[in-house]
Amino acid sequence: MSDQPKLKIALVGNPNSGKTTLFNLLTGLKQKTGNFPGVTVDKKSGFVKLPDNRTAELIDLPGTYSIYPKTLDEKIVQEILLDRQNPQHPDIAIVVADATNLKRNLLLFTQIRDLGIPSVLVLNMIDIVQQRNVKIDLRGLSIDLGIKVLATNSHSGHGIAALKKIISQPLLQSNKPFYDVTHLAAETINDIKEKFDLTEDYRAYQYAQQTERIGFIDEEEKGVIRQIKETNNFYDIPTQSQETIGRYQLISDIVDHNIIDPSDESKTTISEKIDKVITHNVFGYVLFFAILFLIFQSIFAWATGPMEFTENLVSQFGRWVQDVLPEGILNDLITDGVIAGLAGVVVFIPQIAILFAFISLLEESGYMSRAVFLMDRVMRKFGLNGKSVVPLISGMACAIPAIMATRNIESWKDRLITIFVTPFMSCSARLPVYTILIGLVVPEKLVFGLINIQGLVLMGLYLLGFLAAIVSAIGMKYILNTKERSYFVMELPDYKLPQWKNVLLTIYNKSKTFALEAGKVIIAISIILWVLASYGPGESFRNSESIVRAELPQNATQAEYET
Amino acid sequence: MKSLADLKISEKGIIKSFSDEALSIKLIEMGCLPGSEIQINFTAPFNGPIAIKVAGYHLSLRKEEAQSISLEE
Repeated sequence: MSDQPKLKIALVGNPNSGKTTLFNLLTGLKQKTGNFPGVTVDKKSGFVKLPDNRTAELIDLPGTYSIYPKTLDEKIVQEILLDRQNPQHPDIAIVVADATNLKRNLLLFTQIRDLGIPSVLVLNMIDIVQQRNVKIDLRGLSIDLGIKVLATNSHSGHGIAALKKIISQPLLQSNKPFYDVTHLAAETINDIKEKFDLTEDYRAYQYAQQTERIGFIDEEEKGVIRQIKETNNFYDIPTQSQETIGRYQLISDIVDHNIIDPSDESKTTISEKIDKVITHNVFGYVLFFAILFLIFQSIFAWATGPMEFTENLVSQFGRWVQDVLPEGILNDLITDGVIAGLAGVVVFIPQIAILFAFISLLEESGYMSRAVFLMDRVMRKFGLNGKSVVPLISGMACAIPAIMATRNIESWKDRLITIFVTPFMSCSARLPVYTILIGLVVPEKLVFGLINIQGLVLMGLYLLGFLAAIVSAIGMKYILNTKERSYFVMELPDYKLPQWKNVLLTIYNKSKTFALEAGKVIIAISIILWVLASYGPGESFRNSESIVRAELPQNATQAEYET
Repeated sequence: MKSLADLKISEKGIIKSFSDEALSIKLIEMGCLPGSEIQINFTAPFNGPIAIKVAGYHLSLRKEEAQSISLEE
């Protein structure tokens, strides 16, 4: 068994479909985070033990609404699924669909199915559906879609065992596509199939639709496709809308046929009621700034304890090592080089953890997209985009993941400006400096009995960074010139109670990445510093002051000495 | 012609067509199909984005984007 290539499974689905929760349930702690080769898009993968004792590799692909990418994140999904030669191309796709919004979620599923990738459909959040007294006929759905369908409840983990069982068995694949694209562009599809030796009509059709966006086809081959399209009068945009509308018609019939939904569409949902408050024209902004303020207060107040604790722990450990090891160079290297560097890394972990806890809570609950909604108008004035809010907030934890978060911004110009200005946001590594300065000059007093003045000043410093970011964004807005338009079509997901397991895993993964990635550099520099301090310029450097004094004439004045 | 941007809060309309071809693809993918009912839920101040209900869920888009969605009279 072990010499067989490992089974590769991809988890695909719409954003907010509960994909990450499912991923966490399937892999547990056996996860690794990294990048997709060649691009800075977070790649999360993990291992799943199947009932037949095989281990499969599970890749969590970025959330996307369709196979036609609009963002850099979505482009990864397109590249991996369209290119059979891609090392990440899955043997099986688990398509996750939010059962509360089945029609829109099924669009992506039908596209993946027509690419001929063996897949299984997972209806997530089935508990919410049941609460609303909606009845879904899983068997009927399975027959109509020509695929295995099962329901999972990601809160209780119900359905996970069944899912593992299904993926360990060979999945039957229907030869007939769900939606036949040949009537849209028969000749184009045939010519491309022949030229590139493809079996699925839809894959060939995608080559025609996305010629310019596909990275794995070289310029010469693209020329051939362009030629084929021109001879056959293939126009991508009208054909694509025809395809999408056609798919929706089929999906709509199937869903209406298999779902009984007694709920009244016009009744206001809980989410709508919450939105009345959270996106209120005045209160919404008050709340937004209150949340930001809470984040600063907590970094300042809550993180100091754990920070001092870890710092003490590491320094005690250093002293212990110093005593245990025999005196000499090795002792110095380990205590003053390695452990001192280690102290510089671990001391930031509490702050990173707290910031990512907040960011992950805001994202999990659905609040983040409301913040984006509220801030879009303001941000656009400065050449940014509502979606720049997320990188700017994450920039306060660390600029690197923040810059990576900009890939959700569709517009190239908005994205570039956001990337440029994000480093102005005060990241957590600047916090110790701020903390020391504030501790020196600002008295520790409470205003109104509960607001810490030091916290207030800290917020001021952060606002200063924000101001610098905004001012430079305005400058960039006039420097960069593109005709490209920016879109702002964004889902406002229903509010959800955050899942603690997801939040904890985010904190764990982000802190681990920080400790390992930043740690490597910091410890290396610490060792270099130690070497320089021990073997560097040495005596003449350390005693520079007395040497200078000695060289100056005895009767030199103080002023001469100062220069 | 009446567009989505002309609707008042809570008012409903039926999507007829789109005037911006590139944007229409994204809107159709998100479930804004011609013939489907659309409703404005709330708006952000100072001509900011608007939040709509379509196909049983909520979507936000900018005012100019809403103008590209024409509604049945």
